[in-house]
Amino acid sequence: MKPFTYHRASTLTDRPAGATIIAGGTNLLDLMKHEVMTPKALVDITALDLNRIEAHGDGLRIGALVRNSDLAADPVIRRDYPLLSRALLAGASGQLRNMATTGGNLMQRTRCPYFYDTRMPCNKREPGSGCAAIGGVNRNHAILGASPACIATYPGDMAVALRALDAEVEIESPAPRQVPLSEFYRLPADTPDVETVMRPGEIITAVLLPAPAGGQQRYRKVRDRASYAFALVSVAAIIGMENNRIAHAALAFGGVAAKPWRDPGAEALLIGQEPSDTLFGRAADLILQSAGGYGGNDFKIPLLRRTLIATLRDATGMEATA
Amino acid sequence: MQISLSVNGTSHELTLDPRTTLLDALRQHLGLTGTKKGCDHGQCGACTVLLDGRRVSACLTLACMVQDQPVTTIEGLGTPEALSPLQQQFLDHDGFQCGYCTPGQICSATAMLKEIAAGWPSHASADLTGPIALTHAEIAERMSGNLCRCAAYANIVDAIRQAAGAQGDAA
Amino acid sequence: MTRHLKVDAPIPDSPLDHMAQGVLGKPVSRLEGPLKVTGRATYAAEARPEGLLYGVLVQAAIPAGKVLSIGDAPGAMVVIHDPRLIRYAAQGMATEGPTAGPDEVEYMGQAIAVVVAEALEAAQAAAQALQVTYEAKDVPVDPEAVEPERPEDKQSATGDLDRAMQDASHTLDQIWHTPSHTAAAMEPHAATAEWSGDTLTVRAGYQMLATSREQLADAVGIKPDQVRLLAPYVGGGFGSKLGINADSVAAAIAAQQLGRPVQVVMTRQQVFDLAHRRSETRQRIRLACDTQGKLTGIGHEALVSNLPGVSFSEPVTQATPFTYQAAHRQIVHAIARVHRSCAGSVRAPGEAVGATVFECAMDELAETAGIDPVELRLRNIPDTEPCTGRPFSSHKLAEALREGAARFNWSDRRPTGQRREGDWYIGMGVASAVRVNSLIESRARVTLQADGRAIVETDMTDIGTGSYTILGQIAAETLGLAVDRVEVRLGDSDFPPASGSGGSFGAASSGTSVYLACAEIRSQIAALIGCDEADLTLQNGQVRTGNVSRPLDALLTGELTGDGHLEPGKTEDTVRQATWGSHWAEIAVNRWTGEVRVRRMLGVFACGRVLNEKTARSQCLGGMTFGLGMALTEAMAHDPRDGHIVTRDLAEYHIPCHADVPPLEVHFLTESDTYVGPLHAKGLGELGICGAGAAILNAIHNACGVRVRELPATPDKIIAGLQS
Repeated sequence: MKPFTYHRASTLTDRPAGATIIAGGTNLLDLMKHEVMTPKALVDITALDLNRIEAHGDGLRIGALVRNSDLAADPVIRRDYPLLSRALLAGASGQLRNMATTGGNLMQRTRCPYFYDTRMPCNKREPGSGCAAIGGVNRNHAILGASPACIATYPGDMAVALRALDAEVEIESPAPRQVPLSEFYRLPADTPDVETVMRPGEIITAVLLPAPAGGQQRYRKVRDRASYAFALVSVAAIIGMENNRIAHAALAFGGVAAKPWRDPGAEALLIGQEPSDTLFGRAADLILQSAGGYGGNDFKIPLLRRTLIATLRDATGMEATA
Repeated sequence: MQISLSVNGTSHELTLDPRTTLLDALRQHLGLTGTKKGCDHGQCGACTVLLDGRRVSACLTLACMVQDQPVTTIEGLGTPEALSPLQQQFLDHDGFQCGYCTPGQICSATAMLKEIAAGWPSHASADLTGPIALTHAEIAERMSGNLCRCAAYANIVDAIRQAAGAQGDAA
Repeated sequence: MTRHLKVDAPIPDSPLDHMAQGVLGKPVSRLEGPLKVTGRATYAAEARPEGLLYGVLVQAAIPAGKVLSIGDAPGAMVVIHDPRLIRYAAQGMATEGPTAGPDEVEYMGQAIAVVVAEALEAAQAAAQALQVTYEAKDVPVDPEAVEPERPEDKQSATGDLDRAMQDASHTLDQIWHTPSHTAAAMEPHAATAEWSGDTLTVRAGYQMLATSREQLADAVGIKPDQVRLLAPYVGGGFGSKLGINADSVAAAIAAQQLGRPVQVVMTRQQVFDLAHRRSETRQRIRLACDTQGKLTGIGHEALVSNLPGVSFSEPVTQATPFTYQAAHRQIVHAIARVHRSCAGSVRAPGEAVGATVFECAMDELAETAGIDPVELRLRNIPDTEPCTGRPFSSHKLAEALREGAARFNWSDRRPTGQRREGDWYIGMGVASAVRVNSLIESRARVTLQADGRAIVETDMTDIGTGSYTILGQIAAETLGLAVDRVEVRLGDSDFPPASGSGGSFGAASSGTSVYLACAEIRSQIAALIGCDEADLTLQNGQVRTGNVSRPLDALLTGELTGDGHLEPGKTEDTVRQATWGSHWAEIAVNRWTGEVRVRRMLGVFACGRVLNEKTARSQCLGGMTFGLGMALTEAMAHDPRDGHIVTRDLAEYHIPCHADVPPLEVHFLTESDTYVGPLHAKGLGELGICGAGAAILNAIHNACGVRVRELPATPDKIIAGLQS
């Protein structure tokens, strides 16, 4: 780890210029130990008053410092936003959820092993150096929205649920703003080092949830072991049914792109229809029409399709029949 | 930098590099080597300690960030002469072999039982808001952040269930 | 006085059966357990001598070539780049240091230098900042892309297998692949080295101290008696700590150069690179049988890999020659020389992958022949060792299969693909368990103090295996003492050299030497009171002969010392020694996602006398879970271009976690093997893994009809075989 100066912020603006924000530290320290990230200054924001979950219009305002475990266990979240609880509980471990914060979780970086390995080229870590994952071991990589410069995925679970929940990110900056989660992450294109719309000096202060979506909410995560592993593919689904037809659908996908993936076309296709495997398959076709693998991750294309069908069957109440 | 740590009820004044993790502060500076370094990246759980009573990975915690929070390590839970109920159950059920992940397992389990008592659901809970049954699957999911290569898993779960029962928490 | 035994003949009557204490075999809790559960047991990196310095290894960033220059390390005291630094770990039981000379790089990640600083953080940063220049060369890294070696002494053939395949009623000819595996012991390799004059003391987590001491002395350039190794607690080994590694050599050299104690702890990533990997394997299996399922042909061809010049090659086919009967047989063993990290022993080298794949093949043949998989195995158990005709020392495979079938309710197993619960296909699978057995020369010293307490001393290690406890039980049983009257001191190379922990030989070998030492003391006690040793009964600290009983401590005027020395003898050759068992698994496969969940497993094992029911069971649980990992989750991925290990941390290399492991059942068959010394005990640290994965893979097929021949059976492999 490179040396850094440490400052504990007492107010939101008490942040040295250029200092990297640390809160839970679960990903930042991990990356600093590998010297993938080498901040010269750290500002510890854990003393700030950003750890409340409070009403916000018809929805909720979740402070950026609310820990993943507290958020998952919050009675209102469990009752009104079960998808969010489920996604959080599907991620990491009890220890890490106690540390990781809402804001930090949004900022977590890819688990691409070549990004982590400073011996290897990586355009995200060192722009212009190349992408070692293409032509390398790329089992965990993106099938949607990737570019010749980078095929890394966003690895988290919480943001996938937030994407389906139409959450917004509250950003404190000289020009404070609220950014829909749909616009928060950027696809790699030719600048994979730029992962979000966050600008230097900005800080996430909260995540805003709209009014509860109701319906059936599912977070289905498929991984290489039963727990404590990143998603191969995950599906966040909110399904509202009326008269045995799908009245509302919100679907987001994890483990397949540099951001939580969502396809409004696929949701529109489902609306007004009776649930069936054929219908779900058509939705999957639509989502996957631009999908492509890189060898090791080709399986994610059928896996996403199958996981989506399973999740929709469950959320729409289809019986488990042959 | 000057750092004040409160560990197992004792305050310590240390001069540490800001880079020093809580794990290295405990092991290298305070001689509390019961907290283990298995991966140093939050991927194994061997370094689990209690921070304000909550389980955390000491390897991903900077010592300078936890100066006002009480830390409890395995050394603070019991002694060879006076084992905590969980420590006794681990011993009785052979919930360990090489013993290296064991302090982390026991610290983790200690806090995990409190999480259950507080009604926190898990990935294995069928219902997010209902009562939590102390099934094998429920305990195993909650303990999954603590790897054990000797694979004492089955015995660890038995030990925890027995200890929880002794505390009146059994399903 | 030393009591020596060379096991040249069977010992039909175990003297341990005539002892009176009644503690051997009992489920005694681990003697060192209170220290472990309270964090007081101290491991390799937990000594903190005065003036300790921190060393961090620097690794090569090229797959092969030469180190041209190594820069300075600002912030560190020194960069040590010494020709004595070793290129890879020593193989188990080697008596010399492995190849040294770090300037010649043989694989990506090889240790090339050590950076030492006053503080750990400074050493780490300096190591990472170090500038190294190389002259890289192109080398092969893909085992299937090179022409492999086929050493003559590793090939064998009997009869005409090709002909047997042509003539058979049913045949099987398939190819399996298993990936590289790693031991992933929870304690990273670490060494704390300190010199006193020309004597070196190293605290390190090694499994076999006597040979590691010789290796380290050779590597550093001193005599073995100038080296003292301390390993009182070892945080798991599984083969990865059989021989010395870069940590201890670097710490020793640095401490020598700087005149202060130095500690070198590998990062987890370095453990992945520098601990031996289990070679990936390509295995072709051919089986031929008649209409009744009697095997007529067995072929097992293995391709494994290692670095050029390294003698170890994964003995994939080790158990194949004697597990099942067939007239026509062929063994092929090929070694690809590639520049991946060094391969060596990982828990149960050979059978772990060899028996697992072979047992998958047996399941496929059973299906082809329309014979129940248990029945197929039962029909092919040989009476004597095929090829050699030697008798088996003991043979419990049939009993293990029958007992397991009953305990697991095997009769409930349904035909392939016919059991479903919701979205989950349910299946059951079976596999035989087999592992070679051996004894290794071992010594121990036991001192019976005047107060009637005993002290056991041997350089044996306890790597989680239960050595402290079983050796204490053996001494307590033989000397008629309560277990808490025995103190067991291990893990110090100044003590008499034992077998060490490895190859499932530790308990029987070191246990026998402790027994012999105690037997020597028994004879001294008999001499004290003037009776025959055979007429002596020792129990609860009392000495009894005939009708006379008196307290042991009243009899003793000073301490009595006995040395025990075991050597393997002719029974190594006159009989085939092995441990046997059966594995059973019930699993669920998700029909959509291909996720596999193990619902229950049973292992039935015969390993001679069980020395401690509790710790023995734990050994088996651990082995079975290793097998679960092999079947479902574990794979080291090598980069196809430079061979480096890509999955080099515990988030990318998935060892099973709590949630993967259901309640497991272990059942021991009563067995007394007379050919393995007076204890009648054999090894069991590895039997649990041998075949366990096959039971799971076979259960997957029973559940959903998918055969996964490229391990592990992750969701991608399953959905590739499922009908959409």
